[in-house]
Amino acid sequence: MIDPRFSGFGLGLRKPHYAAFLDGSADVDFVEVISENFMVPGGRPRDILRRVLANYPVALHGVSLSIGSAEGLDRGYLARLRALADEVDPLFVSDHLCWTRTGGFNAHDLLPLPLTEEALAVVCANIDQAQDALGRTMLFENPSSYLSFVGSEMSEWAFLAEMTRRTGCDLLLDINNIHVSGHNHGFDPRAYLAGLPLDRVRQIHLAGHSQGAHLLIDTHDQPVPDPVWRLYGEAMARLGPVAVMIERDDNIPPLEELIAELDIARAHGRQVVAA
Amino acid sequence: MSLAALQADFRHWLEQSDEAAAARLGSDRSAGLAVYQNNYRAQLMACLVDAFPQTLAWLGEAAFESAAAHHIDAVPPSSWSLDHYPGGFPATLAALYPRDPEIAELAQLEWLLSEIFVATDAWPLTLDMLSEVDWERATLRLVPGALTIALSTNAAAIWTALNAGEEPPAAALLPEEEALLLWRQGFTSCFRRLDADEATLLSSLADGRAFADLCAALAADRGEEAGLQRAGELLARWAGEECLASSV
Repeated sequence: MIDPRFSGFGLGLRKPHYAAFLDGSADVDFVEVISENFMVPGGRPRDILRRVLANYPVALHGVSLSIGSAEGLDRGYLARLRALADEVDPLFVSDHLCWTRTGGFNAHDLLPLPLTEEALAVVCANIDQAQDALGRTMLFENPSSYLSFVGSEMSEWAFLAEMTRRTGCDLLLDINNIHVSGHNHGFDPRAYLAGLPLDRVRQIHLAGHSQGAHLLIDTHDQPVPDPVWRLYGEAMARLGPVAVMIERDDNIPPLEELIAELDIARAHGRQVVAA
Repeated sequence: MSLAALQADFRHWLEQSDEAAAARLGSDRSAGLAVYQNNYRAQLMACLVDAFPQTLAWLGEAAFESAAAHHIDAVPPSSWSLDHYPGGFPATLAALYPRDPEIAELAQLEWLLSEIFVATDAWPLTLDMLSEVDWERATLRLVPGALTIALSTNAAAIWTALNAGEEPPAAALLPEEEALLLWRQGFTSCFRRLDADEATLLSSLADGRAFADLCAALAADRGEEAGLQRAGELLARWAGEECLASSV
């Protein structure tokens, strides 16, 4: 059984860095893997996961649960995720506050939800179903988004706060996503932090983004930029034990560069403790 | 607008660039909607590029991307796993290139090898285990994911050359169909050509036939001594290649 108040610093498992995670030489406290990459019957992916598990605690981070689908959840998917979670005994099982699936169509992108009472009710019913099916409390990540809908009835932070209150789920706070969405929708990231139940934050993602023509784009292909570091520092000053990781999905640098970036995150954590 | 209606409109925007659906989502949302549509199409394109490296090399980048764009328009993703999306691409290539059947066969070969890569693990029957088997009762079966296919073109030779970084042969129709066995040895997907009698025997393994029945079939075809000798040769080869599951 894993300590429910785990704290530490980790990285996502990415192919260019497999060797260091397989021989245990990567200086991290935990590893996050994309759940769907390992929801396969067998072969090398499952072998890689077993060998990484021998060296590090693992967090499962999914992209296909589609917790915001109006039509409900895919039971087959939930059964596969349950089987993987039972095998891994992960630190966390997380996914995103978004939707990906409707009417037999799966966008494979984290699509935005309207911030309405109807959507909140759908999301909460789906979370209840998912947590029952998995037998675990899940974490849900605040997404980056590129549009907001006419008729939204609450802020994203109010949505997340009510979601955790109704379902008992926890939060994976992506600091970069707050920055990106704050820029795209014109809200103050500090108001976002102030409005969240920070005692429910169990994990933090740090990442970089790119400047699009009109919007910031959550590309995960750049180092963590200064505004995100500053917001991270402010968040850490108010958080309890938490698992922090750098999330890099593209333009992946040598592992040493990500470890150096993780050291900055560790230093922020120590500064907060010292203060 | 209900959540279900909003999600249906969003789908139609992503799938078909449906402007009426986009307008219902909000007329001032065009920049954001464009980001999502770009993400959707770029992700599917990258998925196909990653899944078919040899088909891409054979077709060339421009033709491959044109075919992939056609596929993305025609076949929206439905599975929870993006890894399942490439499975329909060989059929699209067959429809786009009816006079170049090696293209779809090459893509089908790549797709099947990638499926075998993540097939259920199993302990193979190895050479040192053969002496422990009760051959009177043994029923042979292939390792999970293993299968036989028949190709009408030299797609397998094209794949082999491209995979080795060598100049591929010109496309050609074969005088008669070529049977291949595809399986995973350890963690590596592989394939090889089959002799006619071997192809017949292996395809019958899926029916769970006893090894004794296979021996009898070979004996009937080749005579008692030659048939048994051939059965022994094949068994040793299959065990050496680890394409049979161990629970016989």
